[in-house]
Amino acid sequence: MSFGKLKKAYGRITINPNWCKGCGFCVEYCPTDALEMSNAYNAKGYHPPRVKNADECRDCKFCEKVCPEFAIFVTTDQR
Amino acid sequence: MKGAEPAPEYSTDDKAFREQNPMAEFLRMERMPHIWCPGCGIGTVVTCFVEAIKASGYDRDKIAVVSGIGCSGRVAGYVKFDSFHTTHGRAIPFATGLKLANPELKVVVISGDGDLASIGGNHLIHAARRNMDLMVICINNFTYGMTGGQVTPTTPTTANASTTPHGNYETPFSLPFLADASGATFVARWTALHAHNMTQTFGKALKHRGFAFIEVIAPCTTLYQRRNKLGDGLDAMDYYKENADIQHGADTRSVGISFQGDIALGKFVERQKPTFLDAVNDHYMKVLGDSYQLYGKTTAELQKEAEERARLSASKEAEILECGADD
Repeated sequence: MSFGKLKKAYGRITINPNWCKGCGFCVEYCPTDALEMSNAYNAKGYHPPRVKNADECRDCKFCEKVCPEFAIFVTTDQR
Repeated sequence: MKGAEPAPEYSTDDKAFREQNPMAEFLRMERMPHIWCPGCGIGTVVTCFVEAIKASGYDRDKIAVVSGIGCSGRVAGYVKFDSFHTTHGRAIPFATGLKLANPELKVVVISGDGDLASIGGNHLIHAARRNMDLMVICINNFTYGMTGGQVTPTTPTTANASTTPHGNYETPFSLPFLADASGATFVARWTALHAHNMTQTFGKALKHRGFAFIEVIAPCTTLYQRRNKLGDGLDAMDYYKENADIQHGADTRSVGISFQGDIALGKFVERQKPTFLDAVNDHYMKVLGDSYQLYGKTTAELQKEAEERARLSASKEAEILECGADD
């Protein structure tokens, strides 16, 4: 599908696994399924999310807004 | 064995994360991680509020955040504005005083349903009646989270709370209806899931002149969800997703929430009315005329006035001296 000169947006996801409390909001409500829960544990015993498919991130920043722990943010990736 | 996975990619160490975080300018990152439970919605509301302030371009020194007691009362400690953690239920009176002492400030009250609707219920309705120029964000989780899950004025009928172990038999408040009926000029409701909509509404409420009341439904996983066997934070979010019904401009009489029932969302009321300070000035200008000194002038205006007065009195003194010299 082409939308003229519009280009795909890309985001770069940064996660702080130490602050995460494993609520899963970012994974569940990511519109493009760029994230998944990992099997790793953090120091508190929660499973932090991890980036499943970095190319799928469309820089919508919903995970950043919905995260109650301020433990994830997205920066625009210029490519 | 599971759990032997390497640390998630794209993660950084705590110090770098604190500095790089786009909210570092507005949140006291040195206090993180915060005390709220896993799956609690208060953090989401704080993020949306900060995003709204970022988008509105407000000067950070012109914003004051006041909060009461409870889980949501801790917001004042985490935001990097001039903030004030007040006594139980008295967030709105403190905010009113702050606004009247310095009308340049944009005063935002962030507190919970137990604080604003229960012990502070009187203050809420009277601030709405006066149309004080405040923005009130009420994070409604249907329970007293910090003190052990007691019943609040917003707990839906039949819901279980620690003080109603066989189900709640009282009729709850519908907060948008209460605010609207009391005279609030901006009334909206969102849930913790509707982060983008909430951010936009916060932005509109920041620009609104008058009493803005925004109710945000948020999950309380540790008490409300657990006591009612409703699962965790994700289940609460799924419920918001399934049962949310966006009705902008809906009649606030129809937006009450029953236990696990439909939630009407949106901006219900926006109207213009003279604020408390406008009403004071208008009235005394009529009654007292020119001898009345307008209330609520900016510091710069007051300074200019004081200088003018000093200049006038100095010239008068000089005149008197001159007169004395003539005699």
